[in-house]
Amino acid sequence: MSQVERHSMIEIAGVTKSFGAFPVLKGITANVDKGEVVCLIGPSGSGKSTILRCINGLESYDGGAITIDGARVERDKPSIIGIRTAMAMVFQRFNLFPHRTALENVVEGPIFVKKEPPAQAMARGRELLARVGLADKVDAYPGQLSGGQMQRVAIARALAMQPKAILFDEPTSALDPELVGEVLQVMKSLADDGMTMLVVTHEMGFAREVADRVLFLDGGVIVEQGPAREVLSAPSHPRTQDFLRRVLRPI
Amino acid sequence: MQTFLRDATQFLPLLLQGVKFTLIVALGSLALSTVLGLVWALMRVSGIGWLGTIAKVIVNTLRGIPILVQLFYIYFVLPEFGIALTALQAAIIGLGVAYSAYQSENFRAGIEAIDHGQVEAAQSIGMGWGLTMRRVILPQAIRLVLPPYGNIMVMMLKDSSQASTITVAELTLQGTLIASSTFKNMTVYSLVALLYLAMCLPLMGLVSWLERRFGKGTRR
Repeated sequence: MSQVERHSMIEIAGVTKSFGAFPVLKGITANVDKGEVVCLIGPSGSGKSTILRCINGLESYDGGAITIDGARVERDKPSIIGIRTAMAMVFQRFNLFPHRTALENVVEGPIFVKKEPPAQAMARGRELLARVGLADKVDAYPGQLSGGQMQRVAIARALAMQPKAILFDEPTSALDPELVGEVLQVMKSLADDGMTMLVVTHEMGFAREVADRVLFLDGGVIVEQGPAREVLSAPSHPRTQDFLRRVLRPI
Repeated sequence: MQTFLRDATQFLPLLLQGVKFTLIVALGSLALSTVLGLVWALMRVSGIGWLGTIAKVIVNTLRGIPILVQLFYIYFVLPEFGIALTALQAAIIGLGVAYSAYQSENFRAGIEAIDHGQVEAAQSIGMGWGLTMRRVILPQAIRLVLPPYGNIMVMMLKDSSQASTITVAELTLQGTLIASSTFKNMTVYSLVALLYLAMCLPLMGLVSWLERRFGKGTRR
């Protein structure tokens, strides 16, 4: 490996993957530096979510390599546990544990995976819920929360693992439009605090304002990438131009 | 009516001895079938091919042989291989093993009904298979399997009467013995039926209580 010059936190090198005979990733090469916010945009089926899921081993990949701080991501090796606790994930459909309260959801990982003392984990869990604006929902069950509140609990759950980076898989796509803002604000505040984030999103406003870089994927390849403003305001590739036109002016 | 009451007070102590054995057989085989059923179900959902196949073969074999035949096999055939069990032991093991097949399918249905996103969420915070099952999947599956589990409990209680065929002096056998020596069939079998009913009703109550207890926080 030739990582003499620079060392990115997440390195994706020539990653390929097929579902059966259908190739979803056709050689993806990208990296995310510490403290960077990178947005993945592109049409559905372009492989955005699959890349994200490969990074923390929810999905295996066929060729190439993904490394986190030099450690290779391999889904079936015991090392995957350490990688998953370092790469927290926020899902489109929240995936909160419905039988546990907001606080229990947040402290589940710290107590049962990282073996932190419960009292300490609970105290931190309350702080994190307060940080995402849910200090008064500590004892609420997911079924009693709105979509936006559930997604903020999920973000607190991710933060509780004290991860090196957080992977967001379309975190606002399942939300009612009026609830999108509260989640994006929390994400923006994380970015402002220097959290490393890789975000699959259709929120171009968020990408423009918060992302350092934007990658545009189509058909399993990165078609265009660069600083957020550049890619979103003055895309150079026709496919990017076409995609953005359709997203920004749907009618 | 008066004769009925007089006979009833006379037969009841004997029948209650039978109730004791009915309860021992039912509770013993319930515990055994629950544990074994969970083992088969976890083998099936383990994702390890050969483990799943073994469990599948066991479950289908047990489901395909009448419980009565399984009891006879354990009580009358196993001694030929040097495994001699008392009638009570044979009844508990026989019913427990036979019912583990039905328990297993019930548990598997509950486990597989849980949204796969739950597994992914558990994995994403670093949980392995065991922890995911224990902390995330099983607690949610319990809620789903409880109603059919209550069904199985009631069926087991009643099927414990099959132990009478291998000489366990449980309620049905006691009743049969009294009836055949007194010819008071109506009194005896009415009492036996009422006693079974009296044992089943609290079980049903227990299941609804458990459903309420495990149902908390899952309003959608």
